[in-house]
Amino acid sequence: MKKYILDLTIRQTVAIGKQCVLLRLTADEQLPEMFPGQFVEVRVDHTPSVMLRRPISIHYYNKETNELGLLVQLVGDGTRWMATLKEGDMLNLVLPLGNGFTLPEDPSVRPLLIGGGVGVAPLLYLGMKLKEMGITPTFLLGSRTENELMQVQEFEKVGPVYITTENGAVGEQGYVTQHSVLTREQFSQVYTCGPKPMMVAVARWAKAADVPCEVSLENKMACGVGACLCCVEDTKEGNVCVCKEGPVFSIEKLSWQI
Amino acid sequence: MADLRTSIGKLELANPVMTASGTFGYGTEFADFVDLDRLGGVIVKGTTLHHREGNPYPRMAETPSGMLNAVGLQNKGVEYFCEQIYPTIKDYKTNMIVNVSGSAIEDYVATAERINALEAIPAIELNISCPNVKQGGMAFGVTAKGAAEVVSAVRKVYDKTLIVKLSPNVTDITEIARAAESAGADSVSLINTLLGMAIDAERRCPILSTVTGGMSGPAVKPIALRMVWQVAKAVQIPVVGLGGITNATDAIEFLLAGASAIEVGTANFMDPAVTGKIVDGINDYLDRHGFASVRDIIGALEI
Ligand SMILES: Cc1cc2nc3c(=O)[nH]c(=O)nc-3n(C[C@H](O)[C@H](O)[C@H](O)COP(=O)(O)OP(=O)(O)OC[C@H]3O[C@@H](n4cnc5c(N)ncnc54)[C@H](O)[C@@H]3O)c2cc1C
Ligand SMILES: Cc1cc2nc3c(=O)[nH]c(=O)nc-3n(C[C@H](O)[C@H](O)[C@H](O)COP(=O)(O)O)c2cc1C
Ligand code: FES
Repeated sequence: MKKYILDLTIRQTVAIGKQCVLLRLTADEQLPEMFPGQFVEVRVDHTPSVMLRRPISIHYYNKETNELGLLVQLVGDGTRWMATLKEGDMLNLVLPLGNGFTLPEDPSVRPLLIGGGVGVAPLLYLGMKLKEMGITPTFLLGSRTENELMQVQEFEKVGPVYITTENGAVGEQGYVTQHSVLTREQFSQVYTCGPKPMMVAVARWAKAADVPCEVSLENKMACGVGACLCCVEDTKEGNVCVCKEGPVFSIEKLSWQI
Repeated sequence: MADLRTSIGKLELANPVMTASGTFGYGTEFADFVDLDRLGGVIVKGTTLHHREGNPYPRMAETPSGMLNAVGLQNKGVEYFCEQIYPTIKDYKTNMIVNVSGSAIEDYVATAERINALEAIPAIELNISCPNVKQGGMAFGVTAKGAAEVVSAVRKVYDKTLIVKLSPNVTDITEIARAAESAGADSVSLINTLLGMAIDAERRCPILSTVTGGMSGPAVKPIALRMVWQVAKAVQIPVVGLGGITNATDAIEFLLAGASAIEVGTANFMDPAVTGKIVDGINDYLDRHGFASVRDIIGALEI
């Protein structure tokens, strides 16, 4: 897929809870095709503490409105700077990067999309694409407390949403892998993105249940295009670049202890 | 439009802008962003005799205006390069240069010999900064004797342009540069990364799996510039300058300090199209100052 370096314009910066922002971006020209699970590399240009671009997943891309959405959790200087952007500001992106999730060929597939924390970001776009294909995605979203839940209403527009919180304030109490929907319903494909311990737990559950599972990794990156070999993940075929061969991997490929 | 042509010994470059090994893949990763044929040269990933898995993740830490890497020369070996990669890059008009690494003299020699046979590779860059397993892990590039040994051994089997890449982690880099020159190098390039370290205070552990790593990026530029200036005065052979170059002005500073060509590394991560912009920027500078040729500014520092 051809990659572009583009200056996008901020349409709106929306605060999502206390720790996240949604950046709604657009451009004069039609944006290129992008697939769920792919990401962009954001240039942060204002401080010596942030030299490298920051990888951020495609939260959604709407062709008709030519709008790209990025859901950003504020964890350090780079992401905090992104949150200061205002309507009309420009943001320089390299996109689209990475492989993306494998979209099912069989329309009768029953996909479960499991997200934790800001890892829910790529699952919205994946859900939208599945819905377009006539497949109903089920979402299972996990967080520590009700405060870290994000975009629940947006997910509800796309498919049924189940929630776990560790404090039990919303949905079922516990971890995503403890939710009753996993035993109540049958799923034939799992996609997951979130903190590594959560993804490992999901992968373990999927493997035991014999359901194919794809995970989206968030290794630290420098180039984002497969040139520097900084972002590697240990797989059954040795070290491979998450930015180019991933960020989405089938759990079969990884050398995780599951 | 000024004349941007320059040369490294008998190797002719369309302009002085090349890409630094390990930061630009095989060039093809950047083909959507820059016309590779507009570059003076592309120096591809470090290649060793045998396949290397590199170091475990994490291999990268960002530092103020710089970064540390501990990739550890991950590559599939010279045979794979010749069979699988070379056919995909050989038709570019730019100079495709292979960065050759090793941990024993025999490995350097065997790798260089294999690449000597590739018609479309007009030069190699010999990376003598990796640890020499036989000498107990010390790099060839940190002693004049070690550098001379590996360069003269490779010189015997390699008859095209031989660029020797120097490590800055030494007391006197001019001494190593002179040793490489005496041993038959056609050119020296500098600097490779500076040995550094990063700690995660919260977790009380090193950030890199290897504890220490190589530092690059804008933060190292003043050191690189100083070393290029010193080496350019110390040797007769052409010098290739690199370390922290992010724009045309940086590149021009290296040329003024005595470099005949430059390489751009870490800056490719910030702006994947930067190399093309540097070519244009050098041209603008020459026009603006009324220089007909880039050769007019090489070593033209007024002190
Ligand atoms: C493919 C990919 C997709 C991503 N998608 C999103 C997304 O949609 N939304 C979002 O908010 N974030 C996403 N991330 C993570 C995001 O890139 C980092 O949070 C960001 O780079 C942090 O930059 P910073 O300058 O704010 O913080 P830094 O100062 O760089 O770091 C602050 C803290 O966050 C930790 N951190 C930094 N990078 C990562 C990382 N990659 N993984 C885990 N911890 C990290 C650091 O160790 C440090 O403790 C993604 C990462 C990858 C690789
Ligand atoms: C991720 C990474 C990988 C590198 N790999 C190599 C390599 O394989 N061989 C080599 O000679 N230098 C390697 N280098 C060093 C660069 O080629 C260059 O000497 C150094 O980064 C300084 O230039 P810069 O500041 O412009 O990046 C690497 C640097 C980085 C950042
Ligand atoms: S970030 Fe450079 S190879 Fe993945």
